[in-house]
Amino acid sequence: MLTLAVLIPLLAALVLAFAPLSEAASRWTATGAAALSLIALMVVWAAGGEGFRAVAEVPWIPALGIAWRVGVDGMSLSLALVSALVFVAATAWPMKLHDARAYYAWMAFLAGVSIGLFVTLDLIVFYVFFDLSLVGMYFLIGRWGHGDAQHAALKFFIYTLAGSLLILIGIIVLALNMPTLTFDMRAMIDTPPLAAAGVVPGLVFLAFVIGFGIKTPVFPVHTWLPPAHVNAPGPASAILAGVLLKMGTYGLIRIPLQMMPETFARWALPLAIIGVVSIVWGSIVAFAQENLKRRIAYTSVNHMGYTVLGIAVAGSALGSETARQLALTGAVVEMIAHALITGALFLIAGSVWQRAEDYHLPNFGGLAGTAPRLTGAATLAAFASLGLPGLAGFVAELQIFVGAFGVYPWLAVIGLLGILITAALFLRMLRQMFFGDLPAERKGFTDLNRTETVLLTALLALVVLIGIWPTWLLLLIDAPSLIPAIGAGG
Amino acid sequence: MPIGDLAPELAVLLTAVAILLLAMVLPRRSHHWCAILAAGGLGLAMIMGWSQSDAQRLTFSGTQALDGATTWARIVIPGITILCVGLAPRWFATDRRHGEYYAMLLFSTLGALAMAGAADLMQLVLAVLLSSVTGYVLAAYHRDWAISLEAGMKYFLVGALANAILVIGVILVMGMAGSSDYGELAGSIPNDPLALTGLALILIALFFKLGAVPGHTWVPDVAEGAPVPAAAFLTVIPKLAAAVALYRLVALAPGVEALPLLIALASAATMTLGNLCALWQDDVRRLVGWSSVSQSGYALMAVAAAGAVPEALPALLGFMTVYGIANLVAFSVVADLRGRTAISGYNGLLPAQPVAAAALALAFLSFAGIPPLAGFLGKFALFSATLDAGLAWLAIVAVANTVLSLFYYLRVIGPAFFSQPHDGIGTLGGSARAVLWLSVAILIAMTFLWSPIWSALPADLLP
Repeated sequence: MLTLAVLIPLLAALVLAFAPLSEAASRWTATGAAALSLIALMVVWAAGGEGFRAVAEVPWIPALGIAWRVGVDGMSLSLALVSALVFVAATAWPMKLHDARAYYAWMAFLAGVSIGLFVTLDLIVFYVFFDLSLVGMYFLIGRWGHGDAQHAALKFFIYTLAGSLLILIGIIVLALNMPTLTFDMRAMIDTPPLAAAGVVPGLVFLAFVIGFGIKTPVFPVHTWLPPAHVNAPGPASAILAGVLLKMGTYGLIRIPLQMMPETFARWALPLAIIGVVSIVWGSIVAFAQENLKRRIAYTSVNHMGYTVLGIAVAGSALGSETARQLALTGAVVEMIAHALITGALFLIAGSVWQRAEDYHLPNFGGLAGTAPRLTGAATLAAFASLGLPGLAGFVAELQIFVGAFGVYPWLAVIGLLGILITAALFLRMLRQMFFGDLPAERKGFTDLNRTETVLLTALLALVVLIGIWPTWLLLLIDAPSLIPAIGAGG
Repeated sequence: MPIGDLAPELAVLLTAVAILLLAMVLPRRSHHWCAILAAGGLGLAMIMGWSQSDAQRLTFSGTQALDGATTWARIVIPGITILCVGLAPRWFATDRRHGEYYAMLLFSTLGALAMAGAADLMQLVLAVLLSSVTGYVLAAYHRDWAISLEAGMKYFLVGALANAILVIGVILVMGMAGSSDYGELAGSIPNDPLALTGLALILIALFFKLGAVPGHTWVPDVAEGAPVPAAAFLTVIPKLAAAVALYRLVALAPGVEALPLLIALASAATMTLGNLCALWQDDVRRLVGWSSVSQSGYALMAVAAAGAVPEALPALLGFMTVYGIANLVAFSVVADLRGRTAISGYNGLLPAQPVAAAALALAFLSFAGIPPLAGFLGKFALFSATLDAGLAWLAIVAVANTVLSLFYYLRVIGPAFFSQPHDGIGTLGGSARAVLWLSVAILIAMTFLWSPIWSALPADLLP
């Protein structure tokens, strides 16, 4: 079933690459593939189960212990589900395009590899999908971006490839240290291959942190993110923020936290500090941006900082077990909430570009009068992003900070500053965009059309649902099972 | 003499002679029959090589090794040469010496085959010379075109120096160890300065064939100036053979600790220099040439790990196979586009020539090691072997270089995919286009067939 969820979009990409479909047909093929993928994942969800479920394995290179292994636990299933949902919304999002068929082919391709990354249980297949997501995004930004898109795409590809190669080195060292050569994640989680002490585990951990840190991104390796976002088409930005960034934090939990827990515990404090610096730095820099997309892009750095802080707390082996579990639950919920909220914000930004071809905030104002639906969606998403109680972001951040207070209280205090600044910057953005006087050149600004409204409503309804009734999601994620018992292996 | 042991080599030799005779009697417009004959002879050599694949012994008084690596060379070298032959007919259609080109190509192939199988230093010298001398002619085949002559001349000058160094090195090793036979040399090369110098000199000569620092300077010139079908051949076939010859040589002296370090340093220098020089290259052929230098650097990682880990040999052979195919894809795109050189000439290639653009992107992304392309699998094997051998620093250098290399590959792919075409793009078509399709198909198929390929690669060598 999981294999289907990966293969359907990839096959759709192949069909789109070769069959001469019209623009509308291409759009529905790609959207349909993402929707089928979502349904396949929901079937797996409905079947329930504990630990890794829906496992399947097909050998690829048995001599090297590499195989097509799929299977999900609560965390990867929830991330795969939200990815599929963001893909459905982003693909169905109405766009004015040249070479539309190729665009939808790349979208479908990206959907397949992104879902594949979350559901695979083989480190090499994980790496393959990790890199393919770069290739897909490179072509999407380069070909359909605006402004200095080629340069942004190049920077994105090279920057993140540097990170992914470090991950590859780390993966190989982990596998070489297994009793028998294998790239099976389950085996490595059960028997962590490297001992805690020594130089090698430290370096491997560093390689993973840099590699996933670039993808997440955390301060100071986040500089590829703003140009990539600003020049990408809106739906591609939504995918970049909603899906691709999660690969970094997912990897951070799956590999360093679960496969080398003792080393992680030794280095948890520096990682937590990086997380807090990202929180504060991301929010301060976002506050200073006058470009709508750059501002949202920097809030991604801020929000991913919360996630990294939560992960660091969870792996710190300090404080009470409850605190660590809370922090990890919060981190995973933050990933999901951020995917939905920032996905929605970037789709809104895409609509703004389609109508105005401008992101400069001072050039806007008073849109509340001409575009009430757009205003409503943007306001809700912005409030969710700044952590208003009753919305998904609050659930996540509350848990992260409660957990962090139990382990690194001072860091948590500093991190709270980030929430304040984020609140200020979103409120200022809403005021600049939607209130005040309507500039003359924005007179013809139209409101969201029906498709856009439906898609945004779906994403934001989920944000509200998680905000007021998060229990189902917390049960699905089942964070306690993710934290490995220190001393179990090594 | 067990003459049948050399059946593949003899098949290539006799075909070459037959082509020379045929080219004399055929009118020029029918010289493409020489290409068909050449492909047939090479195919026969492959079959014969395959049929001897279970042999595991030395033959001809210990001068020729019949083992897994020789079998690999006997299949991959003629196989890729067949593809190179396919690029030539239309390219040389107006050349007065069209038919003789194939004879020269086959003599060079013979040199490469002999180099890969050599189990005796004298045999190695002969093979390197045969491969080099024919190479100079192939590089300068467009004798009315200054750049082609320049390429041939530079190849010749560097080659003459390298071959002289080779002979001196061989004499030193023979003098100190008392034999030229690999069987007797194995493990008994004395650890004294003169023998070490001799080994180092032989290494330098083989680095010339491999296109590695310090013998790399001919590669970009040949890639740019040689006729594109010849450039495709010269940047692949001698390298494949040299990789095996190097590995055999290094395996002879397991106790000499300086050797792996020397090779690791050469590896790091080669990949770094190749990538740095490719970085701002505005000529796609030179760019591919420099990238091929950097790929030699990666290949040397496996040679540096030789002896320390058993996976080093399959990693080397697997990587070289993928490199050969991908390089051929790149050159067949250039050949099909009639030798188009400037990067700006590739602007908007995607709308004008979608197949060529996609093939070029596949080849370059495979060079960069983007999964799941075969180039990634090759590099993955190299990284594993290098890390396993404890050469983590070399793996990190290779990582940094891979990131660097992606930059210049994207300098070509980006405009080809994202820009608008400014004029019509002419193509060669015919068998060159067929080779393009075929080599792309092989490159893609290697991803799926990696498991059987990997288990078929030999783990150890004679003697």
